[in-house]
Amino acid sequence: MKKSKLIIASAAMVLVLGGGILWASDHADAPNTKGKTTDITDLYVFQGANTNDLVFVGNVQGLLSPTATQTAAFDENTLIEFKIDNNGDNVEDLVIQCVYKGGKMYIYGPVKPSQTGTSSTIVGTASVVVPVTAYGASTPVTVTSSTGIMAFAGPRDDPFFFDLDQYHKIIAGTAPGFNNPGHDTFAGTNVMSVVVEVPKSLLNSTGKMGVWLRTAQKN
Amino acid sequence: MKRNLYTIIGLCALTVMLGACHKDKQTTPSDPNTGETFSVTGDQVGRPGIATVFIAAADKDNFNATIPSMMNAAYGAKIQTQLTALNPGYTTNLLGLSAAQFTGVLATDVLNVSTTGTTTYYDGTNVLTGRKLTDDVIDVSLILIFGGPTNAANPTLTSDHVDANDKAFLTAFPYEAAPW
Repeated sequence: MKKSKLIIASAAMVLVLGGGILWASDHADAPNTKGKTTDITDLYVFQGANTNDLVFVGNVQGLLSPTATQTAAFDENTLIEFKIDNNGDNVEDLVIQCVYKGGKMYIYGPVKPSQTGTSSTIVGTASVVVPVTAYGASTPVTVTSSTGIMAFAGPRDDPFFFDLDQYHKIIAGTAPGFNNPGHDTFAGTNVMSVVVEVPKSLLNSTGKMGVWLRTAQKN
Repeated sequence: MKRNLYTIIGLCALTVMLGACHKDKQTTPSDPNTGETFSVTGDQVGRPGIATVFIAAADKDNFNATIPSMMNAAYGAKIQTQLTALNPGYTTNLLGLSAAQFTGVLATDVLNVSTTGTTTYYDGTNVLTGRKLTDDVIDVSLILIFGGPTNAANPTLTSDHVDANDKAFLTAFPYEAAPW
């Protein structure tokens, strides 16, 4: 029942969005991830309200309508992993690993990975475990670890904004440019979001770092 | 007969429990995920829009499976071709980068982040020091692709005129707005 609803919602979404997405940050970007729990929409990394912290935001499963969000869920088979390079060689020196299990998001690290590259093994025990905030909850559920790591997981408004439809027309040659004002194609849609705020002192940084977000599944 | 059944069920439950305990001892009893391996590539993102704009449809899945340190060698030339196809009049951009130099920045899809100060995609002063929720990354990208050295070129293509999110962000953790 839930699945059929989801399929209807997905089908409706495809109709609304028409002939594919050309530039939606990373929403529904590649054929192998489109419509799956591994599909990343966006990565954000910024200084926290406490400027001693850095905030990592990893969003997946984009373009969720409010109806679709009611049944949207994280996947126990999907790892959401922030990779952090501290020395400019574009190879991860630290990882923050997020794994959903039994209604909670388990967050590991920041920790040195057991190996770099495309296969990821969960290192150590969770730094912080946060219950996933339910859709419709009046306040977001957050947990802070003894080491000062804050965590949130659950549905949020998609923070991305873009007049994708008009861009689409420009690329297709049916419009000469953007409209003013434009229209945010992502207005009214949600994502599944993981937010981790980490004291900078735990990031071994010398001032600059490189970050990328990766999803992977169990074999 | 019924009692026998209960005994059998009980024994089975005990066996399962013992089995589970035994397995747990090999890893970490308190953590359900420790040691689990995730080896099937899903998605990968550093900066917004790189894969979507600059990587051809046929390459998108391979790009997601390419580790960042290998991206420039594997995709640099293709990205430069795509850049000059999008903007055939490309000379340099607001950052003073030639097509080859800009491609060098784009090809390794990693988000640069400062751990000592302002974090923004571009705020007029700081360039690529992070990505805030409020950053208009689309306009930044459009300006760098289409705007030329002074952002005077292609004025209808350098802003989508959607300058902010449809909901206000929070000033405190978790910062993102509640869902619709």
